[in-house]
Amino acid sequence: MSSASATAHDNTYGQDDTYLYHHFEDLQQQHESSSLGMWAFLSTEVLFFGGVLGAFAVVQTLYEPAMKAASEHLDPILGAYNTAVLLVSSLAMALAVRAAQLRQQRNTVLFLVATIVLGSAFLGVKAYEWIHDYHEALIPGINFDLERYPGRQILFWSFYFTLTGIHALHMIIGIVIIAIMAVLVQRRWFTGGGATQIEMLGLYWHFVDIVWVFLYPILYLINQ
Amino acid sequence: MNSAPRSDDSQAIKESDSSMGYLGADYTIKSWLLTTDHKRIGLLYMISITVFFLLGGAAASLLRLELMTPRGDVFGSPDDYNRSFTIHGVFMVFFFLIPGVPAVLGNFLVPLMIGARDLAFPRLNLMSWYIYMIGGLFTLYALVAGGVDTGWTFYTPYSTMFSNTQVIAAALGIFIVGFSSILTALNFIVTIHTMRAPGMTWLRLPLFIWANYATSLIIVLGTPVLAITIILVAVERLFKVGIFDPAYGGDPLLFQHLFWFYSHPAVYIMILPSFGVISEIVTAFARKKIFGYTFMAGALLAIAVLGFLVWGHHMFVSSQSMYAGMIFSVLSFLVAVPSGIKVFNWTATLYKGSVSFKTPMLYALGFIGLFTIGGLTGLVLSTMATDVHVHDTYFVVAHFHYIMVGGMVMAYLGGLHFWWPKITGRMYSEFWGALSALTVFIGFNLTFFPQFLLGYIGMPRRYYEYPEEYQVLNVMSTAGASVLAVGYMMPLLYLLISLKVGKIAGPNPWAASGLEWETASPPPTHNFLDTKIVTSGPYDYELQEYADSHRAVQEQGIV
Repeated sequence: MSSASATAHDNTYGQDDTYLYHHFEDLQQQHESSSLGMWAFLSTEVLFFGGVLGAFAVVQTLYEPAMKAASEHLDPILGAYNTAVLLVSSLAMALAVRAAQLRQQRNTVLFLVATIVLGSAFLGVKAYEWIHDYHEALIPGINFDLERYPGRQILFWSFYFTLTGIHALHMIIGIVIIAIMAVLVQRRWFTGGGATQIEMLGLYWHFVDIVWVFLYPILYLINQ
Repeated sequence: MNSAPRSDDSQAIKESDSSMGYLGADYTIKSWLLTTDHKRIGLLYMISITVFFLLGGAAASLLRLELMTPRGDVFGSPDDYNRSFTIHGVFMVFFFLIPGVPAVLGNFLVPLMIGARDLAFPRLNLMSWYIYMIGGLFTLYALVAGGVDTGWTFYTPYSTMFSNTQVIAAALGIFIVGFSSILTALNFIVTIHTMRAPGMTWLRLPLFIWANYATSLIIVLGTPVLAITIILVAVERLFKVGIFDPAYGGDPLLFQHLFWFYSHPAVYIMILPSFGVISEIVTAFARKKIFGYTFMAGALLAIAVLGFLVWGHHMFVSSQSMYAGMIFSVLSFLVAVPSGIKVFNWTATLYKGSVSFKTPMLYALGFIGLFTIGGLTGLVLSTMATDVHVHDTYFVVAHFHYIMVGGMVMAYLGGLHFWWPKITGRMYSEFWGALSALTVFIGFNLTFFPQFLLGYIGMPRRYYEYPEEYQVLNVMSTAGASVLAVGYMMPLLYLLISLKVGKIAGPNPWAASGLEWETASPPPTHNFLDTKIVTSGPYDYELQEYADSHRAVQEQGIV
């Protein structure tokens, strides 16, 4: 991480002491705390997704034929397209973090907006897939045709919608926070240029992308 | 270093009454509800968990009244009994036992003990209390709107398909309150990593800090799994999907695995911080360094790690594979090793110490005895063959109450009495304190020891009627519960009275070592007036005594 080299009173994370909260000794301690806090939070997120992924792994192993039959209704091309979109959004986020550290306010906002656009594009494709699933009667509890998809196929769809649903929820939360951050940076609300805040937001966004990098092969590819 | 208040510093509170420390910083309601001071947030938690403890206790009293007689008479129907024990379990586990020591004593003491001005994220800390309250309100709503009858374990498929009660509201409450513990734990981890005073190395940390650190690791890694499990239950109830429903090929056992993956470590979330409290009290009142500091710290971490690998011992009589059961059984036995280290080292600390039996010490000694009984009966339950015999009987109920009530509640009360002078600046009545400790100890044993016997001779848990031959032991248990209730009511009264009439405590009424005793009581808003520099490990009581006598010689010229 580039932040490791930041010393107490350089300008990366704030102008002198005006950005230092009262209970910290110096800016480096403050930045380390934010960073460790975010990583600890992401570890809870790993376990959050880990619980349902573990459950899915059990079902996938026990009932492979049914899972295989069910996942054939997913389009790997759309999934691949979405993966690419999300990875580019991660690049945009990384550039926004860099721009914030360099105090390039205009670029920061620009890259944050690019991240929002790419994230929304992902959600758009996801919505399209879900609507398609609805018309195919593949959504358990809302519209599911047990006769067309017999046996344990419904289990696959229960997991599919739980997993992609909580992932999409994370995306939406991320997009809302990015939008708020973009406005705040635009209005020069942060005395420190928002470098720490945007770096932490970046960690969250990359995490959400990595979750998708796991979901895509697990849901779309392993049963092909 | 520059600790003067800054213009952007929301904490720049002008201290109106320096003798009242953080309590006197501001007296408005707003200053409490919007505070970011870890000490005030600790007090907010203290009040709220007391309320939930009383609610859960009221439910328990009803249960014990019902069980006085073999026939059902207090409750109109078995369903009401089921609702009552569910509410008792949910309130006590999720709203009292889990947040108890970390959110009240931990919040107050972690920054003080490591020489920091506050936790790393003061606003998140406040948010965690609001989240706790929102979760509590959801659960209270579930209680008012018809109750829940699934037991605190929410086993499927009953909770997802058959129960006609407010499962979703209660589950949502537990889901929400989980985030409050996650935020507290996250705050502790970061604070302990980054905000220790100069010289406060890892092996100089008080064991209370190690205990809260180990607990925080469990909370951060375990709670999210419970969160997703509860979401799956709620989704299954709402949309009738089949993840846990055998009708669609789902598996109820999957729920049990996910649930206990969190809920067994949750037992260690409840008990590890108590270990920390006991280590502080035992050293202070035996005037001795803790025996085997590094092993005590290592044992805490070992329990945290092993705790994640033993959940299957709740499922010996489910359809879990016998071989899995054997592995879980062996791993459960391994937990006894670090737990044994703790108990032996506490007793070794007492050996040849100058022990004084003040109220906190009475609670701590009670803890050691009761925890040992609870731990040893745990071995009976982690042995597969004997578990089949006593599974789902009152033996299990007695076992976990010895750990949770005999362990966590004793430690919480001990810690409360130990740090009450620090929190409020006042001393309570030592007579009433000692009396309450004894009453709680006697009442507790009278309540729960008969339950071991009841379980062993075959009385199952969660029934509201029972054959007549069980009545004598049940009446003993109910009588004990009323003694216990009196014991719990006493501190509520004399601690509050001490606020008005208690003697001024001074910074260090117990002559205890630790940074929290080096500042005023109650501490000022920023905890310390100067930066603390730590030059030695914790619990240096012998050294302290030696230095004191040496100083006396020098000052008074006595040779």
